[in-house]
Amino acid sequence: MSKELTPTDSYRRRFLGGIGALAAAAFGSGVIVNVARARSPDEAVTGNQRWGMLIDTGKCADGCDECVKACNDENGVTGHGRPETDAQWIRTVTLREKATGRTTKLPMMCQHCEYPPCVDVCPTGASFRRDDGIVLVDKHLCIGCRYCMMACPYKARSFIHEVIMDQKHNAPRGKGTVESCTLCVHRIDKGETTTACQDACTKAGHNAILFGDLKDPNSEISKRLANEPSTQVRGDLGLNLGVRYQGI
Amino acid sequence: MTRSRTPGRSANSPFGGKGALFAAIVVAMVAIPVAADVPAPKIPKGKGDKCVEPTPFMRRNHMELILHKRDETVHQGIRSTKYSLKECLNCHAVNDEQGQPVAFTDPRHFCTVCHSYASVSIDCFECHNSKPEPKAAATP
Repeated sequence: MSKELTPTDSYRRRFLGGIGALAAAAFGSGVIVNVARARSPDEAVTGNQRWGMLIDTGKCADGCDECVKACNDENGVTGHGRPETDAQWIRTVTLREKATGRTTKLPMMCQHCEYPPCVDVCPTGASFRRDDGIVLVDKHLCIGCRYCMMACPYKARSFIHEVIMDQKHNAPRGKGTVESCTLCVHRIDKGETTTACQDACTKAGHNAILFGDLKDPNSEISKRLANEPSTQVRGDLGLNLGVRYQGI
Repeated sequence: MTRSRTPGRSANSPFGGKGALFAAIVVAMVAIPVAADVPAPKIPKGKGDKCVEPTPFMRRNHMELILHKRDETVHQGIRSTKYSLKECLNCHAVNDEQGQPVAFTDPRHFCTVCHSYASVSIDCFECHNSKPEPKAAATP
């Protein structure tokens, strides 16, 4: 048979080429659409998002612990009146500049590092970083060794020492495992755009906490980070934190 | 032929007096479980027409389904409700006299009924709540 292209063949080529170009265009725009639309419940998280937080310490009011209370309520974090061992996912820290005496108050919790030391040291793979940047403990795999607690520069993690009953349905917790702030992952998976601590801070009128997608250039958090000064606590460690602070 | 044995020889043989004891133990081992048999558990009926898979399949494989789902949920954020533990609890909740769902520590709890019969401990509820989520706060 002749290898020369018949008119029909060249027509087919042009046609197929056109389909290819259309498909490429659709795929290209699809990536952009992916960022914008909410994920369906049976879809896996992707690296198209990175969830983070911006905390303006200048707005964090003295004597206020609304974020802590809201977190405890949201996730069923209960204590036994023993601060040494009771779990805390978020805590308030007051810093005092020795030279000037200026004090700064801020909420401190898991910083959701891009390069989390807790994940590095975990012997079972229980500490892990989800594709969308949330650092979590898979309690099914956690053996309670607490290496991650020692590795964390932010003292963000807690160990559960005692049997727990009647947990919150969205936040399973049990004796013998380590836990920390989940960035309200159950809310994110539902498509909600705020965390419990942010809601509480906003409700209290302080607006110190802003949660959002660091990879979406149009998100409020990205815009503020692009235009205002912000700090990563112990930025010298090069962990690329998901939680950023202002005013420290 | 064994009939040709003398009584004395029979008593000293390894299968004689000791053999009888051995046989008695074997019989006892076989007989005791039969004697101690407990009636099969009465499994509470779930809500709705049918489970997510046929009942015989679920009896054998529910743990595999939950295990698979748990990894997807924790690591990939997949929160589909089919095969989710929450949905198990929603359909299979057993209420007490006050109409409140019972926890897994209650022998009437759907999971506990079979698991205590089979003597298999359930780890799920060391961390997970064993009652269905209250309707007001229910989330998919």
